[in-house]
Amino acid sequence: MLVLTCHACGVTAEETEFHAGGEAHLKRFGPGSSDEDFEEYLFMRANPKGVHFERWRHANGCGKWFHVARDTMTLEVFGSYSAQAFAPPEELLSRIEDRRPGWRGQD
Amino acid sequence: MKKYSVFAVAREAMRHHTGWNRAWRDAQPKKRYDVIIVGAGGHGLATAYYLGKNFGITNVAIIEKGWLGGGNTGRNTTIIRSNYLQDPSAAIYEKARSLYETMSQDLNYNVMFSPRGVIMLAQTEHEVRGYKRTAHANALQGVTTEFIGPERVKQLVPIINLDGPRYPVLGGLWQARGGTARHDAVAWGYARACSDMGMDVIQKCEVTGVRSEGGKVTGVSTNRGDIDCDKLGIVVAGHSGHLADMAGFRLPIESVALQALVSEPIKPCMDVVVMANTVHGYMSQSDKGEMVIGGGTDGYNNYTQRGSFHHIEETVRALVETFPMVSRLKMLRQWGGIVDVTGDRSPILSKTPVENVFINCGWGTGGFKAIPGSGWGFAELMAKGQSPLTDAFGLNRFQEGRFIDESVAAGVAH
Ligand SMILES: Cc1cc2nc3c(=O)[nH]c(=O)nc-3n(C[C@H](O)[C@H](O)[C@H](O)COP(=O)(O)OP(=O)(O)OC[C@H]3O[C@@H](n4cnc5c(N)ncnc54)[C@H](O)[C@@H]3O)c2cc1C
Ligand SMILES: [Zn+2]
Repeated sequence: MLVLTCHACGVTAEETEFHAGGEAHLKRFGPGSSDEDFEEYLFMRANPKGVHFERWRHANGCGKWFHVARDTMTLEVFGSYSAQAFAPPEELLSRIEDRRPGWRGQD
Repeated sequence: MKKYSVFAVAREAMRHHTGWNRAWRDAQPKKRYDVIIVGAGGHGLATAYYLGKNFGITNVAIIEKGWLGGGNTGRNTTIIRSNYLQDPSAAIYEKARSLYETMSQDLNYNVMFSPRGVIMLAQTEHEVRGYKRTAHANALQGVTTEFIGPERVKQLVPIINLDGPRYPVLGGLWQARGGTARHDAVAWGYARACSDMGMDVIQKCEVTGVRSEGGKVTGVSTNRGDIDCDKLGIVVAGHSGHLADMAGFRLPIESVALQALVSEPIKPCMDVVVMANTVHGYMSQSDKGEMVIGGGTDGYNNYTQRGSFHHIEETVRALVETFPMVSRLKMLRQWGGIVDVTGDRSPILSKTPVENVFINCGWGTGGFKAIPGSGWGFAELMAKGQSPLTDAFGLNRFQEGRFIDESVAAGVAH
């Protein structure tokens, strides 16, 4: 059972209170974009073994979206950050670096 | 290879079973093969088997990081059916189902295929309409299925509760020749046949890199050294994204955990497979008497082969409503596998951006039933560059918007 902290309201709760929303920081492409870009946005996923940045929604709580950094190999949760962020905050990246020496951030 | 037969059993009984040989050689990696298959699950092994049997390509290695069939092939609930909605799906799943009918004879290995029949319950008006549509589609595809009413469901499954408070049983999609098979035996049977054709089944050998030159594959790196090959088949289910990353391309795949559980063994009480897709639960009874139960996937990316407990709870809660007797059962054990899910819930059997690298993945929660058909088609694709069974399942379909949408049709796709 994952334990997550909602970045919006600060509540820490078990995963049943949240809804997983998939990979974070996807660059959105819409009408007029190339087929490759549109495919990339809609379907292609990093699906990494290891550190994953993802979106979660506090569905049975405040209802807000937020971001989480989590390890898909160990289920360790590194922390939450704002849904408004376009990239993980530097402080979180260095915390991950401490826990996973040699880990280089995804771009 | 010594043939297994009633005479062999009798002979060995006379000499205290001292004459049984290894079923397959414990092969060590050679420097080079014509074809390397990564992943000794059912799909990888079946591909190798049909490369040899249908195309005479036997200089083949099947490389496995763990043990034979230790991935999803040895973790699944073994439901076999072919009542899919879309034509390309019906074609490959029905090919597979028909190959299961004779697999024990073909491989001289008892895979315990049991065509006991599969019912998919319709518990909402939408499902009734959906399954009627599937039954009509199946009639056109030459797949024998039938939409049956609640009385017939009750006849086939006496332990069912038709008028559940939330989701009464309104009917079901019945495939009389669907059923189950012994999952390990499928992997073992193929491995024995492959080894017998001279192929190397290499266990505890993890692929750590894919080597290529000028956009064309030259071999793989493993924890037991480099191995060269002309053609590479990646058949690693939940690990497909990882292998694709090594080869330098991306996939429309996410890896999530799917769990199953079994009860204590009880006397025979249900001799068909029942799936209840609206409430996310399905059940069959194993030959040992255990009730084999599965449900839905977790929502988040995961490689740990462990799922969340609340999913087990949801599954069992759903089943108790439809099968009240389940509430008296003790559950014995539970496990998880990492399944590879695509956007349209259909598999990918395809060439890739790297020349001579082929990928077979995306079977997600429902690929056990497809093993022989997938192996048949993928072997043809690898040998000849094209196969009528796999044509529609190319990677390009995501760019062209040519989906094979089974997500609505299947709900839970086991
Ligand atoms: C709980 C559960 C229930 C299911 N129920 C059903 C069902 O009822 N009916 C049905 O049809 N399907 C079902 N499925 C789905 C089915 O199990 C899979 O679709 C199918 O087994 C996939 O077979 P495979 O050969 O592609 O993969 P796997 O059997 O997973 O084989 C892939 C192999 O690749 C190996 N590998 C990975 N990475 C590497 C590497 N780097 N180097 C070397 N080897 C590597 C792995 O160790 C693994 O053995 C279920 C799955 C689960 C988890
Ligand atoms: Zn909140």
